[in-house]
Order: sequence, then structure tokens, then C-alpha cells
Amino acid sequence: MAQTANVIEMIGITKEFGTFRANDDVHLDVKKGEIHALLGENGAGKSTLMNILSGLLEPTSGTIKVNGQEVQISSPDVANKLGIGMVHQHFMLVDKFTVAENIMLGKEKHRFGFIDAKEAEKDVQELSDRYGLKVDPKAEIASITVGMQQRAEILKTLYRGADILIFDEPTGVLTPQEIDELMGIMKALVKEGKSIILITHKLDEIKAVADRCTVIRRGKSIDTVEVATTSQQELADMMVGRSVSFKVDKKPANPQEPVLVIKDLVVKEARGFDAVKKISLEVKAGEVLGIAGVDGNGQSELIQAITGLTKVDSGTITLDGKDITNLKPRHITETGLGHIPEDRQKYGLILPMRLEENISLQTYYQKPYSKNGFLQHDKVKEQAKRLIKEFDVRTQSEESPAAALSGGNQQKAIIAREIDRNPSLLIAAQPTRGLDVGAIEYIHKRLVEQRDNGKGVILMSYELDEVMNVSDRIAVMYDGNIIAIVNANETNEKELGLLMAGVSPEKAHEEVKKETGKESESFVESK
Amino acid sequence: MNLESLLQLIVSSSLTYAAPLIFTALGGTFSERSGVVNIGLEGIMVMGAFMSAVFNLTFFETFGQMTPWLGLLAGGLIGVLFSLIHAVATINLRADHIISGTVINLAAPALAVFLTRAIYGAAQTGPLGRSFGRSNIFLLHRIPVIGPIFFGNTSGPAYLGILVAILCWIVLYKTRFGLRLRSVGEHPHAAETLGINVYLMKYSGVMISGLLGGIGGAIQAQAIHNEFGILTVAGQGFIAMAAMIFGKWNPLGAMGAAIFFGFAHSLARVGNYIPIIQDIPSVWLKVLPYLLTIVILVGVVGRSEAPKDLGNTYVKSK
Repeated sequence: MAQTANVIEMIGITKEFGTFRANDDVHLDVKKGEIHALLGENGAGKSTLMNILSGLLEPTSGTIKVNGQEVQISSPDVANKLGIGMVHQHFMLVDKFTVAENIMLGKEKHRFGFIDAKEAEKDVQELSDRYGLKVDPKAEIASITVGMQQRAEILKTLYRGADILIFDEPTGVLTPQEIDELMGIMKALVKEGKSIILITHKLDEIKAVADRCTVIRRGKSIDTVEVATTSQQELADMMVGRSVSFKVDKKPANPQEPVLVIKDLVVKEARGFDAVKKISLEVKAGEVLGIAGVDGNGQSELIQAITGLTKVDSGTITLDGKDITNLKPRHITETGLGHIPEDRQKYGLILPMRLEENISLQTYYQKPYSKNGFLQHDKVKEQAKRLIKEFDVRTQSEESPAAALSGGNQQKAIIAREIDRNPSLLIAAQPTRGLDVGAIEYIHKRLVEQRDNGKGVILMSYELDEVMNVSDRIAVMYDGNIIAIVNANETNEKELGLLMAGVSPEKAHEEVKKETGKESESFVESK
Repeated sequence: MNLESLLQLIVSSSLTYAAPLIFTALGGTFSERSGVVNIGLEGIMVMGAFMSAVFNLTFFETFGQMTPWLGLLAGGLIGVLFSLIHAVATINLRADHIISGTVINLAAPALAVFLTRAIYGAAQTGPLGRSFGRSNIFLLHRIPVIGPIFFGNTSGPAYLGILVAILCWIVLYKTRFGLRLRSVGEHPHAAETLGINVYLMKYSGVMISGLLGGIGGAIQAQAIHNEFGILTVAGQGFIAMAAMIFGKWNPLGAMGAAIFFGFAHSLARVGNYIPIIQDIPSVWLKVLPYLLTIVILVGVVGRSEAPKDLGNTYVKSK
């Protein structure tokens, strides 16, 4: 398909919010019948560009051509009429409506203003059959799976006769099986003559489905490349603007005295079951202890108990030789604990408050940030400015609300706040969830740095790659127990996977031994 | 008093008190379904009551028996005008919905009483020219046994209210307009991406609430108090909101809840004739509807399913 026409041409698109340039002279062209990936870090301006194309935002300057004709896309309605449909990252679905109601909304089947639900359901069913997007037209959105919600969202654009579909980070909320299914759907749609723009920061997805890829960095379009002839490493380097390493660069650990000692810890969860069942664990100064496991096997409760957010039922926790069992979180924090919480937006930051205030959350009441009960704003600002610089938090100013930052920069701000207090133990729970390669690399580097400075680090993550790359020892949790502790450089994905599924350590080891050579080889290759 | 006439009295009295609540609760339903909290309904009722009283006293000689019915229109119109203040404040100027509603609730009685004094020289208008009174519902009252109890010598506006509630239900759940209005109260961004004019829908919701709230006030003045004064409305707007919540933002539910509150109101009036509650001091019966309002708001609100985007200001992306 060398000489196919461009269905979309975006030429020199610039979009300014105040003094901030979200898009700066961006060029993008999409050919008919291709899957065109739009790759960029969080906050690089991908979504802005696509919101312009779908009529939600108007560009400050630049031209858009659809099928060769210059157009003004002043509203989503106009975009619809031009055949452009967007599958939003956060689904644009009304929970209480049925699938059919959601799909027809704004373009209802009606007779004299009265909705014809039967006709609409029939139409949706036909579309669903034609494109192989399985949905139940009569089901309420709130009661169906995320995968089906996404299919409804795709059908919404097809119902409006879209020929150009924009998928905005479509896989973030899906299970691995659903992702495979979605990739299949996208390929089928292209076969039907549709064109697709795929917004993502996941390289393997681009490799799996995309034909070409346009890379955007800090609001500028860097290059458009053929995916087949470009490696993941090249794509990543283009996206971040420097050479990125997937492998964490670290020296061998130099573990010393234990900083955290947990003995026979039992934690009950809200309904009264034991979520953590008599766990004993040590974390040494100068090591990263990874906690692996499938979501919901007691990891969250374990961390909440250490940080004082949940009551300990029995057992003891000792930090730096001091018993911190059931102390107040502030007391524990002051004893020498830094905590990067699992849900950064809910527990890590107060989103509507200024970045400087968020950075000050752990220290605002201490000297010199407070004097006689009054906040010393100049000191708070000074601290914020210093940390923003030191940790490369990209923000318009220290006075911006935390909500205005991209996910990666929010996380950097939290890490800055926690590391700056120089805690003897740093707990990082899911620290890179939803972040792009550049930010992930940065955060891993900081965690290892803490370790090299002789501090203890706990890394809890559901991502096996992450746990294996960063940790020195890995504790695998299953059903509230620590089923095994293995050395990171002596294990592999297979063994950990079996342990996470509850297979006994001896058996897991056996299984892996059988095919060791082959396993470790393919493991190295995939890196 | 025999059982049949006692039942007849309870039903007609309940419906009489329920009528203004039915209309106002339906109004609230439309506003909140579009995502705008309208606690200004109290003030809107006051203005509706005032306007209908003025209309009634001015034109009763011209229109005769039709006067109170036309008075509903007068009340409804002023309600629409007043609701526009709320719409502009909350939709365009992004004011907090509660604050804007409170302003209306403070301004309306002050303005109405001021104008009453200016026109009639007293804090009350004095008795109206024609009030609704009681009437038989055409043909239905001839049905044996239940006919006289439910449809004889009863409140005309209440039956109009029941019809309007059914109509509102059809509009909300069976028409294109209703689907769009509800979508805006649930997920305005989704609606906008589908080309629906969010502001227009919100304006429609608030203005319909003004119309129905104004009519509710007009019924309160012309069917219950037979005059307008500062005590004419006295919290009925809030009770109507409780009915709306109790009715789960559904027109038929709101109507049912309004009739229930009407029944609670009527106990103070007819309690003397009912053997079991005869001995309860009437002050308690008078307090009952307000007490129920509090209990229901505290007990039901948490579990009730409000429109998802209720009370948020929608900011169009540019």
C-alpha cells in the first residue's frame, strides 16, 4: 500500500494554553487503511492533538485536511460528520444507560421525538455482528465488563459512520486477554477499510499492531517511522530524547544491619479475615526487597500495617530498633519511614492544593517551615523550588495545583518529598504504575540510589519485570503468606510466576530446573 | 362520621396538601436530572404564590371560575423568570448551586412581601377573589364506592398534578429530549462529544423546574391559604425537594412521595376525626411533615441514586 492517499493531514498544528505550548508545530499524516501510532511520554501533547482532531479543542494555528480537503473542526459534531470518531481513554459512557442508549445518544432513533428503543437495539446488534464487537445492547453500562464497555465505545463511533478511529491509550484498563482481543478488533477494522490512530506510550503494542508511528516529544513532532524497520529501543530513545535503558543499571548490593524487622505479623482486613497471616520479614540497610504477588494477596495490607495506616492485630514491627507497632503514622514517619503510596492521587497528594504545599506535607509543622504555629511560606517555597529542580519535576510553577501535573511528575514530587527527609526505610508501592519509560527509568534509578546510600527499600509491584530488575531479594506473597524469598539474580519469570500462583518453592524450583537453559536464554532475549 | 366519609375526607385533604408538592417535586426532578441542584425551589414557590395571588385579585371579575387555573399560568411564568437567575448564575457564571439557590430563597420572600405591602398596604393580600375549592372529578366520581372516596369533592389541581407526573415520566424516559436531559446530568462530557448542547439542556431543566415550582406556589396560595403572606409557602419547597429525593429523581416516585407528605400534612387537619390519633396534641401532627422530611433526607439520601454529575459546574473545553 505504497501510494495510498492520506485521510488525515495535520499541518503545523500549534495549541497554546496561556503561555504554555501543548502542541508546537506538529505534523501528522495518516494513510487510508493503516494503523498509525502516536507515541509520546505522558504530557507530551498527544491527547491535545487528538482533542483538536476530534473537535473538542480548537488549534491556535495550523491546518487540518481530511481526505485532501481543508476543514475547520469546530465541534465534535463536525468531526462526526467528517467521519472522525474517538474512543476515549476514560470512556464517555453514561453508567445508568443501556449500551444501545449510549450508542444512539445524540443521534437517536425516534418517531416524533419518542425514542424507538427496539429499532436502536436492532441497529446496534447488526453493527456488533458486522464488526465482531460482542455487546449486549440491552445491558446497563454499569453492569458490564470494562472490555465490553470499550466495545460499546467503539460501536458508538461506528454507529456515527466513522472511518477514522482514534484510540486514546485504549489498553490501560484492560486485562491481558482483553488487550489481545482489542488488537484483533483493530486489525479487523482496518481490513474493513477504516483508518486508526493509536495513542499510546507502550512500545510493545505499537510493535504488535501499528504500521507507522509518529513520535511526539514535549509538544513537537519528532519523526514518523515505519514500525517494521524500527526497534523498540529506537522508538523509546526518540520518545524520551536520549538513550533509555530498560535494564536497571546497578552495582551489587552491600546489605548491612536490618532496618526493618517484622515478627509474626497478623493484619485483618475490613471484613475481619486475616489478610496477612503471621508474616516474619527483615529488610536490611543497603538492599531493595521486592514484594511480588498477584493483586490482593495481602501486599497492600502488609504495607498499610508498616506505615501505620491499618491496625496490627498481633505481632511486632521494629524500625531502626524502635517498636513502631500500632503507632500513629506521623510517629512512624518521624522514626524514619518514607512512603510512596500505591494510589498517588488518592493517598500521595492533595490534588487541588499547590505543588509547594504538597511537597511540604510531611514537614510543614516542623521548623523552619512553621514558627509558633504559623506557616513560613518563604521557607516552604524555597524547599519546593529546591526539590523541583533537584528531582526534575516538570511543572509550570511551584504554585500550580498538583492536579495539573502529569502522572510521572506527580510521582516525582512525592518521591522528592519522601526521599528528602532521608528515611532509613523507603517503601514504594506500585511506584511506576501508568508511567512512561522515561519516568520509570528515573524512578528506578532513585530507588537504587537510596539503596546505595545505605538505606533499606521495599518495592511492592504487580509488574514482574519491575520487581526482578530493581530488587536484590524478592519476597513472593500468596494468600497472606510469604511463600518464598528468592535472590533476584538467581530466579526467573517462570519461577516467580509459579510461586505467585501458590506452587510450593520446591516444586517451582524443580519445574524451572527442567528447562533452565532454554528459559533463561529466552528471558535474556526478550530484554 | 361513617367510614366512607372519613376516608373521603382523608383522601381529599391529603391530595389538597399534596398538590403543590407534586408540581414542585416534579420541577426539582427536571432540574436535578439535568445536573443542577435547585434548592431555590422554595423561593420560586414564594414568587409563584405571590404572582398568582396578585393575578387572582386583579382579574377574578373578568375570568370568574377560570381565575385560579389561569393563576397557575401566572405563577408558572414568574417561576420561569426567577429560575433564569439560577440558570445564568450556575450554568454561565459557574456559581455554586447551593449559594445561588440560597440567594433566591432569601430574595424571593423579601421581594414578595415588599411588593405586597406596596400594593395592598399590608403584609398579606387578604382573601383571594376565587380559590380552587373542592370539585368532583368528571364522571369518575360516579364509580360505586371508590368513586366518592377518591374522586368526589376533592382537589382538582392534585389530579392535574398526577396527570402531569405521568407526562413528565414519559418525557424523561421515552423521548429524545428526556434521554439527552438525563445524559447531561449523568455525564456532560459524554453528551458534549456526541454533539449535544449541554448548556441548552441544563437551561431547559432549570426553566421547567421554574415553571412547575411556580405552579406549585400558585396552588399553595389559591387552594390552601386563599391569600398570600409570608407564611404561605413556609418550607413547602424544601419538603418538595425531600419528596423528589425520596422518589429517587423519578417523576412517578416524586409524585408518590409528595402524596405521602400531603397525607402527613393532612393529619393535623383531620386527626381529630381519626380514633387512634385523636389524642395526640395537634402541634405534634403539625410538626410531623417537617420531621419526616429530616428523617427521610438523613436516612434516604445516602442510598438514593442521585444523577452522577449533580451539582458540578460544567465547563466547556475550548
